[in-house]
Amino acid sequence: MRKLWIWLPLALFLAFIGLFASGLFQPDDRIIHSRLVGQPLPAFTLPAGASDRPALASASLANGKPRLLNIFASWCVPCAAEAPQLMALKQAGVEIDAIAIRDARPDVDGFLKRYGNPYARIGLDARSAVQMALGSSGVPETFVIDGQGRIAYQHIGDIRADDVPMILDRLRDAQ
Amino acid sequence: MKAKHQRLFLALAALVAIIGAGLLAVSALKDEAAYFYTPGDVKTKGVEPGKAIRLGGMVVKGSLKRAADGVTIRFDVTDGKATVPATFSGIAPDLFKEGSGVVAEGAFDGKGTFVATNLLAKHDERYMPRELEGMSYNESTHEMKAER
Amino acid sequence: MIAETGLAALWLAASLALLQLLLAFAGLKGGKSELLAAVRPAAVAQGLLTATAFALLIILFLRSDMSVLLVATNSHSMKPWLYKFAGTWGNHEGSMLLWVTVMGVAGAAVALFERALQRDAHMATLGGQAAISLGFYAFLLFSSNPFARIAQPPADGQGLNPLLQDPGLAFHPPTLYLGYVGLSVAFSFAIGALLTRQVDAAFARAMRPWVLAAWVLLTLGITAGSYWAYYELGWGGWWFWDPVENASLMPWLAATALLHSVTVLATRDALRAWTIMLAVIAFSMSMVGTFLVRSGILTSVHAFAVDPTRGSFILALLAIYIGGALALFGWRIGSVREGAPFELVSRETMLVVNNLLLSVILGIVLIGTLYPLMTEAFGHKVSVGAPYFDRIAGPIALALMIALAIGPMVRWRRDGAGAVGKRLLVPAVVGLVAVAVLAAFAWGRIGVLPFLGLVIAVAVGAASIAPLWKRNLLRTPLFTWGMVIAHLGCAVSLAGMACDSAFTVEKLVAARPGDTIQTAGWTLRFIQIMPVAGDNWTALQADMRVDRGGTPVLIRPQSRFFASPPTSTSEAALLTRWDGQLYVVLGEEVEGGRWQLRIWWKPFVTLIWLGGVMIALGGALALVGRERRGWLMKWRARRALA
Repeated sequence: MRKLWIWLPLALFLAFIGLFASGLFQPDDRIIHSRLVGQPLPAFTLPAGASDRPALASASLANGKPRLLNIFASWCVPCAAEAPQLMALKQAGVEIDAIAIRDARPDVDGFLKRYGNPYARIGLDARSAVQMALGSSGVPETFVIDGQGRIAYQHIGDIRADDVPMILDRLRDAQ
Repeated sequence: MKAKHQRLFLALAALVAIIGAGLLAVSALKDEAAYFYTPGDVKTKGVEPGKAIRLGGMVVKGSLKRAADGVTIRFDVTDGKATVPATFSGIAPDLFKEGSGVVAEGAFDGKGTFVATNLLAKHDERYMPRELEGMSYNESTHEMKAER
Repeated sequence: MIAETGLAALWLAASLALLQLLLAFAGLKGGKSELLAAVRPAAVAQGLLTATAFALLIILFLRSDMSVLLVATNSHSMKPWLYKFAGTWGNHEGSMLLWVTVMGVAGAAVALFERALQRDAHMATLGGQAAISLGFYAFLLFSSNPFARIAQPPADGQGLNPLLQDPGLAFHPPTLYLGYVGLSVAFSFAIGALLTRQVDAAFARAMRPWVLAAWVLLTLGITAGSYWAYYELGWGGWWFWDPVENASLMPWLAATALLHSVTVLATRDALRAWTIMLAVIAFSMSMVGTFLVRSGILTSVHAFAVDPTRGSFILALLAIYIGGALALFGWRIGSVREGAPFELVSRETMLVVNNLLLSVILGIVLIGTLYPLMTEAFGHKVSVGAPYFDRIAGPIALALMIALAIGPMVRWRRDGAGAVGKRLLVPAVVGLVAVAVLAAFAWGRIGVLPFLGLVIAVAVGAASIAPLWKRNLLRTPLFTWGMVIAHLGCAVSLAGMACDSAFTVEKLVAARPGDTIQTAGWTLRFIQIMPVAGDNWTALQADMRVDRGGTPVLIRPQSRFFASPPTSTSEAALLTRWDGQLYVVLGEEVEGGRWQLRIWWKPFVTLIWLGGVMIALGGALALVGRERRGWLMKWRARRALA
């Protein structure tokens, strides 16, 4: 009887270790990756999101040159944080289009005035319909689109300074 | 022999205490598991007024209204299957917005309005509330669906 | 150069730990005292090297050396120096370096100052300490190198989480870590005792001061952490049952139980196996807590790094050390004879009750913390919140408080139930008076648990000073004073918690500058809203003049915005008076130029932390008292010989 009691703590502990291990090696489901990576973009046409930039349609994303599609919103704090990195990418010669989510044109104008405007075209997705279709679950997210209008890579969350070289590599690979 | 009896008594008392506490904990955890509701759960299962729960869902766009006192807000929470009106008095977290996910702690009053005492919004726009992970919300149809 | 020196010191310390382990093992196995003679110097040198490495990392942070990756990602050149300093451990790598530093220094202290333990047990303990350190050195060097450089240093660095930019954070994590890791000494003592099969009263007396020291620091760290969460998070609460808080509470519960069982072992040579078990559990809880926080498998407001490779590394360490210790326990404890049996009505029994209740609370907290993980393994996502912990742990904690009142009144070995009852008469009467007074003034206004809490706090307060009755206070031993003050601290803390939940007045308003707000006897005049700027933040600040009949005082709650990384926090304004605290939070602007204000008057809430400090002070007095008695006895023996 006593023999059994003595080994009980070890048995309990091993059960806990099993539990920990299962928790640890479970895929991190807090980030939802799009199932469209490697697939062509869904077709969409959006109205212009800012007063001094043209509107955005899926057809214009397949013009032969790889580019970035940035999903942002004027009410989103991390989007403001990634603005300098997007400017840096633009300076490096990258073409960036954007979709503003659940937003209004005056708000977007204000945001771009304050944090800079690296975008060539901006579409307004007031109801998140295109965002959902793209398989994006939050803002900010950035897609690398190859020249043929296929999604080559999805970056979830804000682009940090040390992500910039990686994004440039992805664009080169998408060539 | 006497010492042995006493030890047995102590061991039994300890066993009773541990088993008792374990049972208490299990029953409380069962409640806790039933502690999280979506509006759909509320509709199908029903929640008695005054019972402390967490209500999780999306804040319906256009439903957020601020009362004249400046500190009370009213909004609707939906999961696509049902919509529940809610009120909250206090300083709402920065990330509490229309169309965003929310987990509200509180209880229903007698009239079916959820009175929130605390709003939890994750301090990161990228993430949904933990219990709503893997769900998305369609703005046009007010539909909430699981991604997988 | 500094970073490279630091890394070299770490590698050297790690190899010394390996040497220390091998020397102890070979020396004990072959009975070679010349090998054992080198163990203590190795431990001391290892402690010095880890301290050097940590000091070098602090220098790198203070100098904002952005060529070091850790500094670049966690500091900012614009930060005030105190936060650069605190930034050293406000991140994963730095805090793990602090962990091994404390472990190394604690090992050196055991090598230098431990005199009571037999030589073989002492060497086995040092070997055990080296074995644990080795795993954490490997973790640091192979997966979390704090001294790694980057090729292109950024100009300014990325900054530190604004919630962590607070003077309290310069003090609270290191104290907590000293306590956490200090428990590794008790763990090593248990390993040494199991290896040498020497579990007796002398062993308990040798282990007690180390347990006390770690426990005092842990108590201080938890108290400081609770106060930090109280004023920094701006929610008015002082304990949130967050996984990170539970991670610090669990080792404390185990260490508190250990502290009492080791006293039974020291005085009556009973509870041998149980004490060894608790020593293993206490440090295991520290490691499990660290794992939960560091691996990111539980989400929490406080959690920082999420990295599965690091998580699996710590998991492997847990499996090796805790699993190894428990296996050693199973293998060896059978040959440790159980000590003296004891009577039902005796101090020993009361201490067993204390241990039982503490273990039950520990189990409840552990299950509640791990439950989300268990259900997630089966595909459900559940979060366990305060209602569970309050409902289950609350009543048991009250029962523990009652045991705390009775325990010190019962004599060691054997006592009569009637005699104990007589001694309990005064506290019981005091408790009944408290019931009457509360019932007269607050009946129906406060909940059952706060009501019971207040009554029990008053009765326990009266009971805890009972050991001083009819005694010459000057000749009362220091460790008795320690026990009295620590127990009184529990009562004081409980009174604070009960007052906070029973009598707090909360007011929520939207007010314009110029408005006057009345609440709980206070008058708050809202003067203006001003933008202000600090070193690395800007804020909107409300100036308010508050008074309750006397001279008005200016208070300034803020809502702060940090640029790097972009975040906003609210800085509550706190006004402390002898009978409570006024707590004001500034919210957002609403239509009509009004600002949301949340105001709490919290009567006697400060008693919570005062009690915590008293508990730690009691522990410190007991430590000094026991040690001083040892020195005095040694000195007298020497004089008698001469």
